[in-house]
Amino acid sequence: MKLANLRWLALLVLWLGLAWPAWSRIEALEFKNPQVEKDYYTLIDELRCLVCQNQNLKDSNADLAKDLRQQTYQMLQQGKSKQDVVDYMVARYGDFVLYRPPLKNSTLLLWVGPFVLLLLVLVLVLRRIRRNRSVEPPEPENLEQAHHLLADDEQKTT
Amino acid sequence: MRFLLPVIIFVLLAGLLGWGLTRDPKEVPSPLIGKPAPEFTAPTLLDPSKTFSTRDYLGKVWVLNVWASWCVACRAEHEYVTQLANMNLVPVVGLDYKDTAADGRAWLGQLGNPYTVIPTDEKGQIGIDWGVYGVPETFLVDRNGMIAYKHIGPINADSLRDIIVPKIKELLK
Repeated sequence: MKLANLRWLALLVLWLGLAWPAWSRIEALEFKNPQVEKDYYTLIDELRCLVCQNQNLKDSNADLAKDLRQQTYQMLQQGKSKQDVVDYMVARYGDFVLYRPPLKNSTLLLWVGPFVLLLLVLVLVLRRIRRNRSVEPPEPENLEQAHHLLADDEQKTT
Repeated sequence: MRFLLPVIIFVLLAGLLGWGLTRDPKEVPSPLIGKPAPEFTAPTLLDPSKTFSTRDYLGKVWVLNVWASWCVACRAEHEYVTQLANMNLVPVVGLDYKDTAADGRAWLGQLGNPYTVIPTDEKGQIGIDWGVYGVPETFLVDRNGMIAYKHIGPINADSLRDIIVPKIKELLK
Protein backbone atom coordinates (compact mmCIF):
# COMPACT_ATOMS: atom_id res chain seq x y z
CA MET A 1 0.00 0.00 0.00
CA LYS A 2 1.17 3.45 -0.83
CA LEU A 3 1.99 5.84 1.94
CA ALA A 4 -0.81 8.23 0.94
CA ASN A 5 -3.37 5.45 1.17
CA LEU A 6 -2.08 4.50 4.57
CA ARG A 7 -2.50 8.08 5.70
CA TRP A 8 -6.10 8.08 4.57
CA LEU A 9 -6.70 4.83 6.39
CA ALA A 10 -5.22 6.27 9.57
CA LEU A 11 -7.44 9.32 9.23
CA LEU A 12 -10.50 7.13 8.74
CA VAL A 13 -9.70 5.08 11.83
CA LEU A 14 -9.18 8.25 13.83
CA TRP A 15 -12.45 9.68 12.58
CA LEU A 16 -14.36 6.52 13.44
CA GLY A 17 -12.82 6.64 16.88
CA LEU A 18 -14.09 10.17 17.35
CA ALA A 19 -17.56 9.14 16.21
CA TRP A 20 -17.70 6.33 18.75
CA PRO A 21 -19.72 8.26 21.37
CA ALA A 22 -22.39 8.89 18.74
CA TRP A 23 -22.81 5.18 18.15
CA SER A 24 -22.97 4.14 21.74
CA ARG A 25 -25.56 6.75 22.55
CA ILE A 26 -28.64 4.55 22.45
CA GLU A 27 -28.78 1.53 24.65
CA ALA A 28 -29.08 -1.82 22.96
CA LEU A 29 -32.44 -3.19 23.97
CA GLU A 30 -34.30 -6.41 23.44
CA PHE A 31 -37.98 -6.15 22.68
CA LYS A 32 -40.63 -8.75 23.28
CA ASN A 33 -42.10 -8.21 19.82
CA PRO A 34 -41.50 -6.03 16.73
CA GLN A 35 -44.54 -3.85 17.45
CA VAL A 36 -43.13 -2.84 20.83
CA GLU A 37 -39.85 -2.02 19.16
CA LYS A 38 -41.59 0.11 16.55
CA ASP A 39 -43.62 1.92 19.22
CA TYR A 40 -40.50 2.50 21.29
CA TYR A 41 -38.61 4.18 18.46
CA THR A 42 -41.66 6.25 17.48
CA LEU A 43 -42.07 7.45 21.05
CA ILE A 44 -38.47 8.38 21.74
CA ASP A 45 -38.55 10.26 18.45
CA GLU A 46 -41.61 12.26 19.46
CA LEU A 47 -40.85 12.93 23.12
CA ARG A 48 -38.72 15.89 24.05
CA CYS A 49 -35.75 15.85 26.38
CA LEU A 50 -36.56 18.52 28.95
CA VAL A 51 -32.97 19.27 29.84
CA CYS A 52 -31.72 19.98 26.34
CA GLN A 53 -35.13 21.07 25.04
CA ASN A 54 -34.28 21.08 21.36
CA GLN A 55 -33.53 17.40 21.23
CA ASN A 56 -35.81 14.42 21.43
CA LEU A 57 -35.20 11.49 23.75
CA LYS A 58 -33.54 9.55 20.96
CA ASP A 59 -30.92 12.17 20.20
CA SER A 60 -30.21 13.29 23.71
CA ASN A 61 -27.46 11.95 25.85
CA ALA A 62 -28.65 13.73 28.98
CA ASP A 63 -29.15 11.68 32.10
CA LEU A 64 -32.82 12.48 32.27
CA ALA A 65 -33.32 11.45 28.63
CA LYS A 66 -31.72 8.12 29.43
CA ASP A 67 -34.09 7.66 32.38
CA LEU A 68 -37.12 8.59 30.32
CA ARG A 69 -36.07 6.20 27.54
CA GLN A 70 -35.80 3.50 30.18
CA GLN A 71 -39.22 4.42 31.53
CA THR A 72 -40.71 4.29 28.02
CA TYR A 73 -39.10 0.91 27.38
CA GLN A 74 -40.34 -0.57 30.63
CA MET A 75 -43.88 0.65 30.19
CA LEU A 76 -44.09 -0.74 26.64
CA GLN A 77 -42.58 -4.06 27.69
CA GLN A 78 -45.19 -4.30 30.44
CA GLY A 79 -47.83 -4.13 27.73
CA LYS A 80 -48.80 -0.47 28.10
CA SER A 81 -49.91 1.28 24.93
CA LYS A 82 -48.20 4.20 23.23
CA GLN A 83 -50.95 6.48 24.47
CA ASP A 84 -50.37 5.30 28.06
CA VAL A 85 -46.74 6.36 27.82
CA VAL A 86 -47.64 9.72 26.30
CA ASP A 87 -50.24 10.33 29.04
CA TYR A 88 -47.71 9.38 31.69
CA MET A 89 -45.15 11.87 30.37
CA VAL A 90 -47.67 14.67 29.85
CA ALA A 91 -49.02 14.24 33.40
CA ARG A 92 -45.53 14.90 34.73
CA TYR A 93 -43.92 17.28 32.28
CA GLY A 94 -46.83 18.91 30.45
CA ASP A 95 -47.52 19.26 26.73
CA PHE A 96 -44.02 20.62 26.24
CA VAL A 97 -42.69 17.07 26.38
CA LEU A 98 -44.45 16.33 23.09
CA TYR A 99 -42.92 17.37 19.81
CA ARG A 100 -46.44 17.18 18.38
CA PRO A 101 -48.55 18.89 21.04
CA PRO A 102 -52.34 18.42 20.99
CA LEU A 103 -54.55 21.15 19.57
CA LYS A 104 -55.77 23.19 22.54
CA ASN A 105 -56.40 26.82 23.35
CA SER A 106 -52.87 27.18 24.67
CA THR A 107 -51.32 25.62 21.56
CA LEU A 108 -53.67 27.16 18.99
CA LEU A 109 -51.21 29.85 17.92
CA LEU A 110 -48.54 27.21 17.49
CA TRP A 111 -50.71 25.19 15.13
CA VAL A 112 -52.42 27.86 13.06
CA GLY A 113 -49.78 30.62 13.32
CA PRO A 114 -47.68 29.48 10.32
CA PHE A 115 -50.76 29.11 8.11
CA VAL A 116 -52.03 32.55 9.11
CA LEU A 117 -48.64 34.00 8.19
CA LEU A 118 -48.63 32.13 4.88
CA LEU A 119 -52.09 33.41 4.06
CA LEU A 120 -51.11 36.96 4.96
CA VAL A 121 -48.07 36.85 2.71
CA LEU A 122 -50.09 35.32 -0.15
CA VAL A 123 -52.66 38.10 0.10
CA LEU A 124 -49.94 40.76 0.10
CA VAL A 125 -48.15 39.20 -2.88
CA LEU A 126 -51.38 38.82 -4.90
CA ARG A 127 -52.32 42.42 -4.21
CA ARG A 128 -48.94 43.61 -5.38
CA ILE A 129 -49.08 41.50 -8.55
CA ARG A 130 -52.57 42.79 -9.37
CA ARG A 131 -51.50 46.40 -8.83
CA ASN A 132 -48.52 46.01 -11.19
CA ARG A 133 -50.73 44.45 -13.84
CA SER A 134 -53.27 47.25 -14.08
CA VAL A 135 -51.28 49.42 -16.52
CA GLU A 136 -52.75 52.73 -17.67
CA PRO A 137 -54.48 52.64 -21.09
CA PRO A 138 -52.24 53.90 -23.98
CA GLU A 139 -52.66 57.39 -25.47
CA PRO A 140 -55.01 57.40 -28.55
CA GLU A 141 -52.31 58.57 -31.01
CA ASN A 142 -49.87 55.90 -29.81
CA LEU A 143 -52.53 53.30 -30.27
CA GLU A 144 -53.21 54.59 -33.79
CA GLN A 145 -49.52 54.39 -34.65
CA ALA A 146 -49.29 50.86 -33.33
CA HIS A 147 -52.21 49.79 -35.48
CA HIS A 148 -50.57 51.32 -38.56
CA LEU A 149 -47.32 49.52 -37.89
CA LEU A 150 -49.09 46.24 -37.40
CA ALA A 151 -51.06 46.70 -40.61
CA ASP A 152 -47.81 47.47 -42.51
CA ASP A 153 -46.28 44.37 -41.12
CA GLU A 154 -49.19 42.24 -42.22
CA GLN A 155 -49.00 43.61 -45.81
CA LYS A 156 -45.31 42.76 -46.00
CA THR A 157 -45.70 39.20 -44.90
CA THR A 158 -48.66 38.41 -47.14
CA MET B 1 -49.88 54.57 5.42
CA ARG B 2 -47.30 53.13 3.02
CA PHE B 3 -44.50 53.97 5.40
CA LEU B 4 -46.41 53.57 8.61
CA LEU B 5 -47.22 49.90 8.08
CA PRO B 6 -43.60 48.60 8.13
CA VAL B 7 -42.93 50.76 11.18
CA ILE B 8 -45.91 49.31 13.00
CA ILE B 9 -44.89 45.77 12.06
CA PHE B 10 -41.35 46.46 13.25
CA VAL B 11 -42.49 47.87 16.58
CA LEU B 12 -44.85 44.95 17.18
CA LEU B 13 -42.19 42.41 16.29
CA ALA B 14 -39.56 44.15 18.42
CA GLY B 15 -42.02 44.24 21.32
CA LEU B 16 -42.78 40.54 20.96
CA LEU B 17 -39.14 39.51 20.72
CA GLY B 18 -38.18 41.84 23.57
CA TRP B 19 -40.82 40.26 25.75
CA GLY B 20 -39.48 36.86 24.74
CA LEU B 21 -36.05 37.83 26.00
CA THR B 22 -37.35 38.44 29.50
CA ARG B 23 -38.69 34.91 29.74
CA ASP B 24 -36.66 31.88 30.69
CA PRO B 25 -37.20 29.09 28.14
CA LYS B 26 -35.71 26.60 30.61
CA GLU B 27 -38.74 27.03 32.85
CA VAL B 28 -41.33 24.55 31.77
CA PRO B 29 -44.58 25.13 33.67
CA SER B 30 -45.42 22.03 35.68
CA PRO B 31 -48.78 20.38 35.06
CA LEU B 32 -48.61 19.09 38.64
CA ILE B 33 -49.50 22.43 40.24
CA GLY B 34 -52.81 22.01 42.05
CA LYS B 35 -52.59 18.24 41.67
CA PRO B 36 -51.91 15.71 44.43
CA ALA B 37 -48.22 15.39 45.23
CA PRO B 38 -47.04 11.97 44.00
CA GLU B 39 -46.69 9.65 46.96
CA PHE B 40 -43.46 7.88 47.68
CA THR B 41 -41.68 6.00 50.41
CA ALA B 42 -37.90 5.94 50.36
CA PRO B 43 -34.99 5.12 52.67
CA THR B 44 -33.36 8.12 54.30
CA LEU B 45 -29.81 9.13 53.53
CA LEU B 46 -28.47 9.38 57.06
CA ASP B 47 -30.05 6.15 58.28
CA PRO B 48 -31.02 3.79 55.43
CA SER B 49 -32.86 1.50 57.84
CA LYS B 50 -35.45 4.24 58.32
CA THR B 51 -37.82 5.37 55.61
CA PHE B 52 -39.53 8.59 54.77
CA SER B 53 -43.08 8.54 53.44
CA THR B 54 -45.07 11.43 52.03
CA ARG B 55 -48.04 10.07 54.02
CA ASP B 56 -46.31 11.11 57.23
CA TYR B 57 -46.73 14.70 56.13
CA LEU B 58 -50.39 14.63 55.14
CA GLY B 59 -52.19 17.50 56.81
CA LYS B 60 -49.00 19.53 57.01
CA VAL B 61 -47.52 22.18 54.79
CA TRP B 62 -44.05 21.08 53.73
CA VAL B 63 -41.28 21.79 51.27
CA LEU B 64 -39.60 19.27 49.00
CA ASN B 65 -36.22 20.47 47.84
CA VAL B 66 -34.62 18.27 45.19
CA TRP B 67 -30.82 18.35 45.35
CA ALA B 68 -27.74 16.30 44.55
CA SER B 69 -24.08 16.43 45.41
CA TRP B 70 -23.17 16.62 41.71
CA CYS B 71 -25.41 19.62 41.16
CA VAL B 72 -23.45 22.84 41.06
CA ALA B 73 -26.44 25.15 41.42
CA CYS B 74 -27.46 23.28 44.58
CA ARG B 75 -24.27 24.48 46.19
CA ALA B 76 -25.25 28.07 45.42
CA GLU B 77 -28.75 27.45 46.73
CA HIS B 78 -27.67 25.69 49.93
CA GLU B 79 -27.28 28.92 51.91
CA TYR B 80 -30.88 29.95 51.19
CA VAL B 81 -32.32 26.53 51.86
CA THR B 82 -30.55 26.74 55.22
CA GLN B 83 -32.10 30.15 55.84
CA LEU B 84 -35.53 28.76 55.00
CA ALA B 85 -35.05 25.78 57.33
CA ASN B 86 -33.85 28.04 60.14
CA MET B 87 -37.07 30.04 59.97
CA ASN B 88 -38.79 26.90 61.31
CA LEU B 89 -41.91 27.61 59.31
CA VAL B 90 -42.36 24.19 57.76
CA PRO B 91 -40.41 20.93 57.44
CA VAL B 92 -37.89 21.11 54.60
CA VAL B 93 -37.49 17.67 53.05
CA GLY B 94 -34.40 17.25 50.90
CA LEU B 95 -34.69 14.64 48.18
CA ASP B 96 -31.22 13.41 47.29
CA TYR B 97 -31.70 12.88 43.56
CA LYS B 98 -29.63 10.41 41.52
CA ASP B 99 -26.79 10.48 43.96
CA THR B 100 -24.74 7.95 45.87
CA ALA B 101 -25.18 7.83 49.62
CA ALA B 102 -21.46 8.44 50.21
CA ASP B 103 -21.38 11.54 47.99
CA GLY B 104 -24.56 12.87 49.50
CA ARG B 105 -23.30 12.50 53.05
CA ALA B 106 -19.96 14.04 52.17
CA TRP B 107 -21.71 17.05 50.62
CA LEU B 108 -23.79 17.60 53.76
CA GLY B 109 -20.73 17.12 55.91
CA GLN B 110 -19.00 19.86 54.02
CA LEU B 111 -21.86 22.38 53.77
CA GLY B 112 -24.08 21.44 56.71
CA ASN B 113 -27.45 19.72 56.76
CA PRO B 114 -30.45 22.06 56.65
CA TYR B 115 -33.03 19.31 56.06
CA THR B 116 -35.61 17.87 58.41
CA VAL B 117 -35.31 14.53 56.68
CA ILE B 118 -33.56 13.33 53.51
CA PRO B 119 -35.18 10.61 51.42
CA THR B 120 -32.98 9.19 48.67
CA ASP B 121 -33.83 8.67 45.02
CA GLU B 122 -30.83 6.88 43.60
CA LYS B 123 -32.55 5.72 40.42
CA GLY B 124 -34.39 8.97 39.76
CA GLN B 125 -37.82 7.31 39.74
CA ILE B 126 -39.29 9.67 42.34
CA GLY B 127 -37.85 12.53 40.30
CA ILE B 128 -39.70 11.36 37.20
CA ASP B 129 -42.94 11.06 39.18
CA TRP B 130 -42.57 14.63 40.39
CA GLY B 131 -41.69 15.89 36.92
CA VAL B 132 -38.16 16.88 37.93
CA TYR B 133 -36.00 17.73 34.95
CA GLY B 134 -33.28 19.94 36.34
CA VAL B 135 -32.08 20.10 39.90
CA PRO B 136 -32.41 22.07 42.06
CA GLU B 137 -36.18 22.20 42.12
CA THR B 138 -38.37 23.09 45.07
CA PHE B 139 -42.00 22.12 45.61
CA LEU B 140 -44.44 23.51 48.16
CA VAL B 141 -47.05 20.99 49.31
CA ASP B 142 -50.19 22.18 51.08
CA ARG B 143 -52.23 20.61 53.89
CA ASN B 144 -54.34 18.60 51.46
CA GLY B 145 -51.25 17.05 49.93
CA MET B 146 -51.50 19.17 46.77
CA ILE B 147 -48.53 20.73 45.05
CA ALA B 148 -49.10 24.43 45.49
CA TYR B 149 -46.00 25.80 43.83
CA LYS B 150 -42.87 24.70 42.03
CA HIS B 151 -39.67 26.68 41.89
CA ILE B 152 -37.31 25.66 39.11
CA GLY B 153 -33.63 26.36 39.53
CA PRO B 154 -31.71 27.59 42.55
CA ILE B 155 -33.44 29.67 45.21
CA ASN B 156 -31.66 32.94 45.80
CA ALA B 157 -32.13 35.71 48.37
CA ASP B 158 -34.76 37.46 46.22
CA SER B 159 -36.86 34.44 45.36
CA LEU B 160 -36.73 33.24 48.98
CA ARG B 161 -37.92 36.57 50.35
CA ASP B 162 -40.38 37.52 47.60
CA ILE B 163 -41.85 34.20 46.50
CA ILE B 164 -41.10 31.15 48.64
CA VAL B 165 -41.62 32.56 52.14
CA PRO B 166 -44.80 34.55 51.28
CA LYS B 167 -46.28 31.48 49.57
CA ILE B 168 -45.51 29.27 52.56
CA LYS B 169 -47.07 31.82 54.93
CA GLU B 170 -50.16 31.92 52.78
CA LEU B 171 -50.44 28.12 52.85
CA LEU B 172 -50.06 28.16 56.63
CA LYS B 173 -52.96 30.57 57.13
